[in-house]
Amino acid sequence: MYTQAIDIPNKQQDTQAKQPLSDKEIGYQAEFDARIANGEVVEPKDWMPEAYRKTLIRQISQHAHSEIVGMLPEGNWITRAPTLKRKAILLAKVQDEGGHGLYLYAAAETLGVSRDELIEALHAGRAKYSSIFNYPTVTWADIGVIGWLVDGAAIMNQIPLCRCSYGPYARAMVRICKEESFHQRQGFDLLLTMMRGTQAQRDMVQDAVNRWWWPSLMMFGPHDSQSQHGEQSMRWGIKRISNDELRQKFIDATVPQAAVLGVTLPDARLELNEATGHYAHGEIDWDEFWNVVNGHGQCNRERLAERVQAWEDGAWVREAALAYAAKE
Amino acid sequence: MTYFTLNAGAMTPHLEYRLRIADNALILGQRLSEWCGHAPVLEEDLALANIALDLIGQARLLLTHVGVLENKGRDEDQLAFLRNEHEYRNVTLVELPNGDFAATVLRNFLFSAFQTQLWQALQMSTDTELAAIAAKSLKEARYHQRHSGEWVIRLGDGTQESHTRSQAALDRLWPYTAELFSESPVDDAAARDGLGPAWISLQPAWSQAVLPVLEEATLKIPVPSPFRSRGKFGVHSEHFGHLLTEMQYLQRAYPGGTW
Amino acid sequence: MDQKEWPLWEVFIRSRNGLDHKHCGSVHATDARMALQAARNVFTRRQEGVSIWVVRGDHIVASDPDAKPEMFDPMEDKIYRHPTFYKLPDEVDYM
Repeated sequence: MYTQAIDIPNKQQDTQAKQPLSDKEIGYQAEFDARIANGEVVEPKDWMPEAYRKTLIRQISQHAHSEIVGMLPEGNWITRAPTLKRKAILLAKVQDEGGHGLYLYAAAETLGVSRDELIEALHAGRAKYSSIFNYPTVTWADIGVIGWLVDGAAIMNQIPLCRCSYGPYARAMVRICKEESFHQRQGFDLLLTMMRGTQAQRDMVQDAVNRWWWPSLMMFGPHDSQSQHGEQSMRWGIKRISNDELRQKFIDATVPQAAVLGVTLPDARLELNEATGHYAHGEIDWDEFWNVVNGHGQCNRERLAERVQAWEDGAWVREAALAYAAKE
Repeated sequence: MTYFTLNAGAMTPHLEYRLRIADNALILGQRLSEWCGHAPVLEEDLALANIALDLIGQARLLLTHVGVLENKGRDEDQLAFLRNEHEYRNVTLVELPNGDFAATVLRNFLFSAFQTQLWQALQMSTDTELAAIAAKSLKEARYHQRHSGEWVIRLGDGTQESHTRSQAALDRLWPYTAELFSESPVDDAAARDGLGPAWISLQPAWSQAVLPVLEEATLKIPVPSPFRSRGKFGVHSEHFGHLLTEMQYLQRAYPGGTW
Repeated sequence: MDQKEWPLWEVFIRSRNGLDHKHCGSVHATDARMALQAARNVFTRRQEGVSIWVVRGDHIVASDPDAKPEMFDPMEDKIYRHPTFYKLPDEVDYM
């Protein structure tokens, strides 16, 4: 989900020539395969196939970038939070997201890449981040809906990752999951409070739900049939559950939550199939999905520009700290 | 020149004394929260957010306390979001725009060094609630002072650019520190009744803490000037209205809402 | 320091007295004081610690994974170091 783009074809990776393995490496490969097959954990400095290392760097860093960029749409409302309690909660939540990015960059760095390199890739447009953050937060209710739906979707994907095959990533995910559940709860609580308020507040919430529902479903990525790296990632224990399965799980959990809130989900085709216990639903607008993934969403340019600006504005600070340390 | 302060439903001097402390924390917390997502490095995004959260926490406790003592049914949010400009009692220093990172850490340093002295003295307040808030907040202020002080030194004595920016920040902010120690009848009343120290009495210790750090940062203290900002009397800068517009927007646009 | 990137520091936290410091992640900082503060801000927001150690990443010496066989396998056949190796009558098995 924050890693939806893992399933989207990466031209660079696909055209890389495969080098034949030396005898030593063949032995390592067998060891690695056995480890994966036994559900054991790979740690830094253990031998690993280049493709595994590269896939992990891509997935972990994409996840990290998503957390950092994700600070922006929510950060947009910190100074305008309607009460001091909500201001503190939102600030703590956005701070958590920064922290999650930090844990994930640290995990990626164990694979032989530096945080600065990863940031450079993001700023140069070579690295992706979850496209949900390319949507604007235009009202305060958007903040609640992001907590409820976007974090709700993220949690669904993150829990299985706590068992992924790469140690540092799994441990980062355990830490993240512990912190994440407050994110969804505060969002739901925020909306529930508004729904029990004035009509204007209820209208604000419904409007936010109308705008964020479908993008939240898009967070789970393309259909499994369109998903390129799904299989390999599943074999390596990096990805544990299919896109469609997770998406269905999310819908099934969320529909009753919407009823508690008293909001209508903007899908006329949502209907419980008594036999399967799953909700049938309408089809996602895949044109919108690909447009946003490919850089044409409402906020793609602004998000990246803001991150680049912050980084460039901070260059003299980072240099000064290094210069001072050199003097000591 | 005498200023008259619009004092609709005038507060007693003792309430004003507490409100100055509360509003300082509220407004600086608001300013620092603007940094979230834009700091020079991820670790500082988290650091500045922590400081902002500490200050917002202090504001909440203090405003709630003032609301209870005032006994007009105003809670922390009504006080935070529904007063008009002249009713806020924060010093002008904390309402100034953040500026760059050098200005931000310098303002944090100058202010938190003041807060440390104030909280330390308030632990002896006859107001037991205020004393309890002081004990908790002192730990926070000490951390803020340490964090920002180290940055002031790093940037003052870092590169040519960071030094230039730091000196510019000090030149701009220093005149606003005079307000921290300017006399007022509110302070006299508080000191007389054991509520808290007159802020002027905190100046020697503040100077002792601040000057060595600025010197280590290779910064030059500006020449004292007659300039006096008047935020704590409710007479604010042009920046303040914009800050309030942003902060109060939802409460003003959706009156009667529950959040 | 002539590099342009901030060095990496590994962070170890003791969550409470009685427990060891445990590795919990890493931060970037230019000196030890900054690293400690960063570690405090990042890793102890939910009261997860009473003591922090930070170590510059390049100061950590790690065992060579290739040397795993000679480093760790020889322990495999010395099971007499474990209490379960010894079968005692039930009456004294509490030992």
